[in-house]
Amino acid sequence: MATTEGTGTDGWREELYEAKPERQGELFSTISGVENEPLYTPDNVEVEYERELGYPGLYPFTRGVYPSMYRGRLWTMRQFAGFGTAEETNERFRYLLEHGQTGLSTAFDMPTLMGYDSDHPRSLGEVGREGVAIDSLDDMLTLFDGIPLDGVSTSMTINSPAAMLLAFYACVGEKQGVPVSALRGTVQTDILKEYIAQKEWIFPPEPSMRLVVDMIEWCAREMPLMHPVSISGYHIREAGSTAAQELAFTLADGFAYVDACVARGLDVDEFAPRLSFFFNAHLDFFEEIAKYRAARRIWATRMRDKYGAKNPRSWLMRFHTQTAGVSLTAQQPEVNLIRTAIEALAAVLGGTQSLHTNSFDEALALPTEHAVRLALRTQQVIAHETGVVNTIDPLGGSYYLEHLTSELERQAYEYFDRIDKLGGVIAAIKENFFQREIAEASFRYQSEVERGQRVVVGVNRYQQDDERDLEILKIDPALERKQIERVQALRARRDAAAVEAALARLREDAAHEDRNLMEPIMTAARADVTMGEMCDALRGVWGVWRETPVF
Amino acid sequence: MPGGKIRVVVAKPGLDGHDRGAKIIARALRDAGMEVIYTGLHQTPEQIVETAIQEDADAVGISILSGAHMTLVPRIIELLRENGAEDVLVVVGGTVPQDDADELKKLGVAEVFGPGAATGDIVDFLRGAVPA
Repeated sequence: MATTEGTGTDGWREELYEAKPERQGELFSTISGVENEPLYTPDNVEVEYERELGYPGLYPFTRGVYPSMYRGRLWTMRQFAGFGTAEETNERFRYLLEHGQTGLSTAFDMPTLMGYDSDHPRSLGEVGREGVAIDSLDDMLTLFDGIPLDGVSTSMTINSPAAMLLAFYACVGEKQGVPVSALRGTVQTDILKEYIAQKEWIFPPEPSMRLVVDMIEWCAREMPLMHPVSISGYHIREAGSTAAQELAFTLADGFAYVDACVARGLDVDEFAPRLSFFFNAHLDFFEEIAKYRAARRIWATRMRDKYGAKNPRSWLMRFHTQTAGVSLTAQQPEVNLIRTAIEALAAVLGGTQSLHTNSFDEALALPTEHAVRLALRTQQVIAHETGVVNTIDPLGGSYYLEHLTSELERQAYEYFDRIDKLGGVIAAIKENFFQREIAEASFRYQSEVERGQRVVVGVNRYQQDDERDLEILKIDPALERKQIERVQALRARRDAAAVEAALARLREDAAHEDRNLMEPIMTAARADVTMGEMCDALRGVWGVWRETPVF
Repeated sequence: MPGGKIRVVVAKPGLDGHDRGAKIIARALRDAGMEVIYTGLHQTPEQIVETAIQEDADAVGISILSGAHMTLVPRIIELLRENGAEDVLVVVGGTVPQDDADELKKLGVAEVFGPGAATGDIVDFLRGAVPA
């Protein structure tokens, strides 16, 4: 190879690399469409070590948020679970805790996400199907029966009615004798990404934002160990976005919450340390790792330099990760175990604080216990058998990874500028900006798959005709009936006058923007007012949101 | 409608917000030369049937990932029948287990497309199934 010596990367490329043809057909860009060079070297990658990377636990946190990372403590293995009524999910929670899971994560059913009680006409056929049905404090008590809340941290994937579910959780603590100030966990509460991607909304954006800020303010005072918001890119990615869009839109949402809290008069260091994040782990291995590293660097930079946060804990981005549901296939579903393992590895190499691994049967139905156990075992193998936990940010300094980290960061800042020009996140939502960008990216990817430029094993290559049926979880339709009877029995036995008084106060306070709604919601929860009734009261004051559909 | 474009209502019943598939299908059908009306999210069976009738649709493509397909799809078929619109072709896409898909076909659904279905196959199916 003497001819190339001394001519660097360009010489290598011209004389050696280009001497042989590349494979044709499949694209060499990332799954999101970021172009890749065949080789990265010091000739085409520049890194200013101290400024751009630094050290774990130190600004700008590119290499990790804690000084010791997984040598100090492994990530929390937190499997998302919920189906049927509170009783079935309580059993699944106990099963997961018995098998070594270290935190709980609650999936609510569609009616709960949309603020309808189980006996609402819109709930028909949906109760307990994709998560657990929770209508009242009574249901929440059943959900955590036999699980002392001072011994677990609980994550709740709930957004529009987040304040109500947080209040139910706090009341379970009260009844168990655990002070509210000792409760630990995360409430998703990220309403902006609902308008952008997940589409489980109730109220228009402005009153929704007010409710989010009410929760952040109340938690800072009353529930200091609770993360009141988990700013989520997961659903943005599942809706078909690219990695850069996931990164940019999520951080833009995060900054919008910071702006809203500052506008309320809160000091940034009072609430920022409790903001947390939630990202997707998709299949393009290096792009995902780069995404997490870029996210930490951008957040730290802006929180310090733009928002003037002084507490280093306000600069550091902690995040949960879930492997990509969208990457799972219904064809040859066992292959999903392999996809999930690779995605989970990317999350760990990207320094996640907690992780959910999807089960291999989830393109078909909610997972069986067998499938969930294998998903949890995937994390345990990564943690204990692969050795990737022994060194912090082990891929840091890879020319390729550092290039991709900077490239995703650059694309994110480009999006921030476009969003600013549209007048901010809420204005951009109303113009369908995010929705169009995501639909565009999702269609581009689908077209690439259908042209065979992207291979999906078992779907457009290596198909198998004789696929055998997989045993899947069936939700008993009788559970819907059972839950409807539960909520109706509760309505019959509670103190009707107390319910009326609590709802009247909630409506009254909702009409006054300067009142924090958490106290009236807590009062209503204690009086056995249902989640749907509280949401209805607020619908009456604030109205509801409707999206103009675009495709 | 002889010689005319195929008119398709792409509908999202149920409370789930998973609209990636519905939007991809809507766009693929439009690109294939069909007239596409996308209802948007969270539609009731009544709203969907009303749209199908008002738009004089040849077909309704129902995208559902909420697990409520066995409640909502039969209701849509029933309402189409009650309104004398049983000639509208009903196609379903989403996470539908095989047993349920078989049951839905017995009730009158023309085809159920699961995860990973190619948009080209859906276009071809509609072209073949909608009378020219």
